[in-house]
Amino acid sequence: MAGKAEPIPTDHVAIHPRAGAIQLALLAVIGAALLLAPQFLYPIFLMKLLAFGLFAAAFNLLLGYTGLLSFGHATFFGGAAYFTAHAVKVWGWPPEAGIALGVLGAAALGLVMGAIAIRRQGIYFAMITLALSQMFFFFCLQAGFTHGEDGIQSVPRGRLFGILDLSDTMTMYYFVLAVFVLGLLVIWRFVNSPFGMILKSIRENEQRAISLGYSVSRYKLGAFVMSAALAGLAGGVKALIFQFATLTDVSWQMSGEVILMTLLGGIGTLAGPVVGAGLVVTLQNYLATSDFPVTIITGVVFMVCVLVFRRGLVGEFFASRLGRKLGFRAES
Amino acid sequence: MTMIFGIPVQALMGQLLVGLINGSFYALLSLGLAVIFGLLRVINFAHGAQYMLGAFTALLLLTVGGVNYWLALVLAPLIVGLFGAVIERTMLSRLYKLDPLYGLLFTFGLALAIEGTFRYFYGASGMPYAAPGALTGAVNLGFMFLPVYRGWVVVASLVVCLGVWFLIEKTKLGAYLRAATENPVLVQSFGVNVPLLLTLTYALGAGLAAFAGVLAAPVYQVSPLMGSNLIIIVFAVVVVGGMGSILGAIVTGYLLGVVEGLTKVFYPEASNIVIFVIMAIVLILRPAGLFGKDA
Repeated sequence: MAGKAEPIPTDHVAIHPRAGAIQLALLAVIGAALLLAPQFLYPIFLMKLLAFGLFAAAFNLLLGYTGLLSFGHATFFGGAAYFTAHAVKVWGWPPEAGIALGVLGAAALGLVMGAIAIRRQGIYFAMITLALSQMFFFFCLQAGFTHGEDGIQSVPRGRLFGILDLSDTMTMYYFVLAVFVLGLLVIWRFVNSPFGMILKSIRENEQRAISLGYSVSRYKLGAFVMSAALAGLAGGVKALIFQFATLTDVSWQMSGEVILMTLLGGIGTLAGPVVGAGLVVTLQNYLATSDFPVTIITGVVFMVCVLVFRRGLVGEFFASRLGRKLGFRAES
Repeated sequence: MTMIFGIPVQALMGQLLVGLINGSFYALLSLGLAVIFGLLRVINFAHGAQYMLGAFTALLLLTVGGVNYWLALVLAPLIVGLFGAVIERTMLSRLYKLDPLYGLLFTFGLALAIEGTFRYFYGASGMPYAAPGALTGAVNLGFMFLPVYRGWVVVASLVVCLGVWFLIEKTKLGAYLRAATENPVLVQSFGVNVPLLLTLTYALGAGLAAFAGVLAAPVYQVSPLMGSNLIIIVFAVVVVGGMGSILGAIVTGYLLGVVEGLTKVFYPEASNIVIFVIMAIVLILRPAGLFGKDA
């Protein structure tokens, strides 16, 4: 979707001879900043940022690299939050097992939703995922274990592998950071694997991929389940960070939010969704104390992004002369 | 008391009527979506917001200007249609050459902005809008009491749906519209002003949503969020019907409304999700939708 709409500038820019080294240095700076950040900023806020960053990156796996716009990713994020919260609180599972259950549950939901939704393409795909996600919302509203409007509250964080006490905020932060880095590495590896290459070819030209003999439906479903599972990872971690799971996480507004994060940061870039998530979460935090509704700003940002800013922040940087000189490509 | 399948006839008929009324709104809204999608290739996510705008316009016309229901039924669609035309001309029209998904995302943002604004000024709670005097009360049909206003909703929506169908399928303007759907470049080369046609189509769709909103105002309460959950159900209706056919959108709308009403009688727990379940089943059995042609 992004590739077709926003062609990469074709004028030649010589890549800086040390572009690789500069990229690595940039990565090291960001890594150091993430390690030191809780010394300066409120750790819960940072953890929220990381969880939503992972969620958006998982969503982008589908939109940016396969060209499928899912309007139902809240199901995987919020569903996993419920599964993890229930397993940890009611069954007394350790946190790692609870998160694993969230990931598996989200993957299973993704398998079902994906199998139905990939029967249609493009705009219909978006509408179907939205409708199925709304169905899951009503299920969560009525099912017993989710406790309806109250949600699952005061979820214990427990001890990771029986050793690390996650109720300590700093320990929790580094655990969330580790999960975040791990999740992004998985996405990076997935996107650059032969499987990921075939997904990109489906995005660019589905008919041609079919004519080359690829079973496009299977690849799409594979990408959908992968994206759902990773969104579930983010959701499970989120349930432990805030120690609750509520209907907000499975609502269509949440599905819309993750689209905005991805669009704002840059569709089809690894870092874009994380940056977008950071901006949206910061904005929400900033506005939480005022009575001005976030939805107005969210809506207007959405419109502006679609009208004039389709590459997103990171995408614009990658497409700029400086970005290309440093060897970045929007379609990596 | 007469019973059918162990259910009192009155309860059954009552829910059938509720289903028919919901179906009227589904039909009007999915018709508007189908008309817009047919020509613009845009899924109008703001359709629910425009429905809400219709209801609010009627309410504000009444409270501020003292304009009665009947006049509001004409004025509100015109006002919201004009608003739609401005949006289409200034913003939406820039997106036609892009992937249709951008149109969906743009109108989603528009819906959030509109609903957020009304929520900011009017709060989230509903406000009552009284039905006009001529349509209050109920008539005894023998097997049940029919509130006059509800009967009016079903009749009015049916008339408007058929009117739009007639406009598109049987008039010269409709012929231009259908031709422009098939091949806009060719139609433009024949001297038809296609961009104007696109604007009018979007205005028509928005106006239809607003008309549904005014009809809905006395049935449900007027609230900023009245359209946001509805639009998702209407999306499912459109997927079930297939967007290729105007008549298909209308029939599917009424049909699913009635099915939903019956579910409330026989298995109330599932009434929220029955339309989504039907959508899933239709997608598995007939992916193009009941009336759709393209896959």
